[in-house]
Amino acid sequence: MNNISSMIAKRMGLGFATIIVISVLIFLGVEALPGDLAEAILGQQATPETVEAFRKELKLDLPPHVRYFSWLGDFLRGDFGNSLANGRPITGLIGWRLSNTLFLAASTAVVAVPLAILLGMLAALYRDTWFDRLVSVSTLSAVSLPEFFVAYVLIAVLSVRLGLFPSISSISDEMSLGEKIHGIMLPCLTLTLVSLAHIMRMTRATIINVLNSPFIEMARLKGIRQSRIIIRHAFPNALSPIINVVVLNLAYLVVGVVVVEVVFVYPGLGQLLVDSVSKRDIPVVQASGLIFACTYVFLNLLADVLAIIANPRLRSET
Amino acid sequence: MTFLRLLKKSPFSARVGLGMILLNIFAAVFAPYIAPHAETEIVGDVWMTSGEDHVLGTDHLGRDMFTRLIYGARNTITIAMLITLISFTVGIILGFLAAVLGGWADQVFSRVVDIMMAFPTLIFALMVLSVLGTSVPVLIVVIALLDSTRVYRISRALAMDIEVMEFVEAARLRGEGIWWIITQEILPNAMPPLIAEFGLRFCFVFLFISALSFLGLGIQPPTADWGGMVRENSGAITFGILTPLWPAAAIAFLTIGVNLMADWFLQRSGRIRQEQE
Amino acid sequence: MKHLLTIRNLEIEARADEQWKPIVRNITLTLDRGEVLGLIGESGAGKSTIGLAAMGYTRTGCRIAGGSVLFNGTELTTASKEERRKLRGAHIAYMAQSAAAAFNPAHRLIHQFAEAPVQHGLSDFPRARDKAVALYERLFLPEPGKIGYRYPHEVSGGQLQRAMVAMSMACDPDIIIFDEPTTALDVTTQIEVLTAIREVTRQGNAGAIYITHDLAVVAQLADRIMVLRYGELIEEGNARELLADPKQEYTRELLSSRIIGKPQTQSEDKCYTVLEAENISAGYTKDVTVLDNISFQIERGKTVAVVGESGSGKTTVARVLTGLLPPSDGKIIFNGKEISPALKHRDRESLRRLQMIYQMPDVALNPRHKVRKILGRPLSFYFGTDAKARERRILELLEMIELGPEYMGRYPSELSGGEKQRICIARALAARPDVIICDEVTSALDQLVARGILKLLRELQKELGVSYLFITHDLATVKAVADEIIVMLQGKIVERGPKEDILETPGHEYTELLLSSVPETDPDWLDRLLKGRGAKIHKMHEIS
Repeated sequence: MNNISSMIAKRMGLGFATIIVISVLIFLGVEALPGDLAEAILGQQATPETVEAFRKELKLDLPPHVRYFSWLGDFLRGDFGNSLANGRPITGLIGWRLSNTLFLAASTAVVAVPLAILLGMLAALYRDTWFDRLVSVSTLSAVSLPEFFVAYVLIAVLSVRLGLFPSISSISDEMSLGEKIHGIMLPCLTLTLVSLAHIMRMTRATIINVLNSPFIEMARLKGIRQSRIIIRHAFPNALSPIINVVVLNLAYLVVGVVVVEVVFVYPGLGQLLVDSVSKRDIPVVQASGLIFACTYVFLNLLADVLAIIANPRLRSET
Repeated sequence: MTFLRLLKKSPFSARVGLGMILLNIFAAVFAPYIAPHAETEIVGDVWMTSGEDHVLGTDHLGRDMFTRLIYGARNTITIAMLITLISFTVGIILGFLAAVLGGWADQVFSRVVDIMMAFPTLIFALMVLSVLGTSVPVLIVVIALLDSTRVYRISRALAMDIEVMEFVEAARLRGEGIWWIITQEILPNAMPPLIAEFGLRFCFVFLFISALSFLGLGIQPPTADWGGMVRENSGAITFGILTPLWPAAAIAFLTIGVNLMADWFLQRSGRIRQEQE
Repeated sequence: MKHLLTIRNLEIEARADEQWKPIVRNITLTLDRGEVLGLIGESGAGKSTIGLAAMGYTRTGCRIAGGSVLFNGTELTTASKEERRKLRGAHIAYMAQSAAAAFNPAHRLIHQFAEAPVQHGLSDFPRARDKAVALYERLFLPEPGKIGYRYPHEVSGGQLQRAMVAMSMACDPDIIIFDEPTTALDVTTQIEVLTAIREVTRQGNAGAIYITHDLAVVAQLADRIMVLRYGELIEEGNARELLADPKQEYTRELLSSRIIGKPQTQSEDKCYTVLEAENISAGYTKDVTVLDNISFQIERGKTVAVVGESGSGKTTVARVLTGLLPPSDGKIIFNGKEISPALKHRDRESLRRLQMIYQMPDVALNPRHKVRKILGRPLSFYFGTDAKARERRILELLEMIELGPEYMGRYPSELSGGEKQRICIARALAARPDVIICDEVTSALDQLVARGILKLLRELQKELGVSYLFITHDLATVKAVADEIIVMLQGKIVERGPKEDILETPGHEYTELLLSSVPETDPDWLDRLLKGRGAKIHKMHEIS
């Protein structure tokens, strides 16, 4: 046990260090801007006086490390500063959108993960049958498709032709859960199709790998039933890699929503990030970038930790 | 010629993949000769449907869609290829060096790569582009460097596997230098999986710049580019006009082709490695 | 009389390059209760395939193409899956070569022991558990009451192998198939497992099939022996008779490959020390010492053998001498001059004079280089030989290792295991070295091939006056090639001296244990040994 907890503690320490380094990078990235933020925003016509005043307002006159810590401190307190584009506080802008993004990603995960694992296991068990080949070819094609292709095909068929779901997924707080789900049906379906293929391929490969191990042959030679071999012998050993794949794909989902949000004009964090990048609204980019990065690092960390816990070789007597 | 012999033994899916790739390359190379119109020439009304004059109709400004598609192949494939080549050169060199040198070089490279990979690529790219602005050279350098972290990981792992083999130790004991060990002992043995990986990375890069262009942050108009073309014409879909699906399908067509080839290569190199064991 | 198991005209095919090729041809065998049948042969003889077929099982990519496998009135080749499943484990048990791979890492040993009896409905868990404890005790496993509650990765290799012997007995099967159960073990551990297997085969009335490549091992256990080659039967007979008077040439060769006479060494040569190690200590980390104050000399034209079991530090000796692992203390003196401890500080000349040959010829040759390049590179690297002279010298080298000029254009994958090892030897010779370190050079090869390699090395020594440092765990090899022996245990030299002295009058009890543990083809060897050791058996566990 001691062994496992120390390994987990080490991973968590690494994850924390990564987030710190990322925050420094994000901060420095903006520092590296030619000229400075004040000039960039005000443009060339601005008088030196206005630039100077604006600098003060942005606290650009303070030395970098002081600004970094105050920025990080504000960030931790949930104060992300004000948007350059419209002057509104970023916190309000982001909070609602973040919850929308997580809602979309979570709904997708609930559908995609169990389905993908089930199909992946079936493909592995019925290896080299027509079912397996069909799964192979279709997943290989699916991972090659751009998200927006899937999205527009779904819109063309399900929204424009059949009129089942809206092509624009606007949701608001007043909507009931049912209405919300109806609203996000198409983006959810798009993300499901794209992430399904990944998880399925990996699940299939993992199970096949485990089924080829000598201890499975041994179990067969002990006359154990096929169902028991799968559940008692193969599954505990496949668990760790599959958990890893699933959580890594969740991390991918959180980032993958960006494109899908833009297609469906979904009011999520990804949409906001893209808008802010084109408007060069740097504080918003910084804040939403850091949130995305933290979520991603956290999920990666979770994958590591779960994989350690689920690995039977790390289990011991005491 | 060995390639032709290999191809004879290849499965149907790989041949289909090769055909798809060749078609794209043909379009890219001979774009000015095949395309019925000039790249940015306005030839008709907005969003005309497919007809005799315009096989795939016209786009949101009334340019010929088929022409734009062919030029798009040229622009997007060239840029994606350039990025993948840079990323592989950087990634392989650093990855092999890390594996062969070990010690601090390995530590430094690997930690930097760890940090870069802890950051989701799309978010990283978006942030960098927001600071540096979107121009083709910036795009190429940024994506190539981001992608080279993945190549680094893989080539380092491959080189480490090969490095522990006794024929490499034998070369070291002979007194061979790093150059010989990397180019003569490791590289030839890492080649088959690296070629498969090249295909996969190319797909990834291609999808990635298409996504960026689609978000309006990649290759800028009026240059024809598949991702950008989807974006420009996306409004048409709500009217039931399929125009934005053509460039999206073109992207899918190429990446599926490359994936089919890469998958075959991956299986082949896997089998070769098994045989050696 | 009705036999317990009758296999008749068995044909098995394997799928390779999109077509089925026979790997077992026309094998007929019978097995009765209380009988141990030894299947012996080199790699590719099809012995494991036959063993598995006796359970009605074939590995993926193989199929039974013809013949019959009749167990206790059930025809296994036509029986339904369910019928076969019910027999496996309960009536026919299997014991694999590597227990470390065959035990499921996710479950405790005792649960894996109990699984077959409980699942086949023969027992319940408490009774199976008691039986496991009793068997663990009979097989001399430490703490028999507790060891079953460990996970496989918490138990040593020899113990795990014995736990697997116990597991194969869980259902009191009618037949047990032992598939190379001691091949991966050190000689002293091998005795423990052999004793355990004999314990379970002698008592009770089960039949057993024992599969191995080692005649001496099978001699201790088998009542009857079948010699196989390329999937065909070469010879079959009562164990004692077959060992005493083999009818077939191949069997004779297998038997004689264990003994290679060493020609008298020319003692008139003036003793000249080529390589000297002085008080060497080394370790991979600061706290762990793998080598503890080792000293020895190698004389010109002589062979020094370093003998020891896994973990004795013998391979580390090679790593220190070659400079891959600089020692923490001590000196290496080459031709009277001290050389740098680290590889990167050595000059090309001292690198050239010390060459190395490895255990696995498969990974010691770059699969992407042709023989011409493999042998040509040391020539141009050390001597700057030009293309024409290189070609001539490569031909010369190929001739030395008894291979024709056509081998020059071949890739390693086009060579057999023995040919690859010959190329490795030629690569070492290309540098015209003074000393060649041979690290377990024959242990990955089949017996007959290994004998050829040893012979070749010996002839080359006579011709070229090169010295060998032979690192090996195989005492038969030592007997065949060594002039001097160094016995190592836990990083220390426990004994050192001329071969005859060490072999005839071992001065250290570990040397004695090691020597006596090497199986002999005499079928009574194990009995005598165990009788002789008697109470010492526990002491043996402590030492090793």
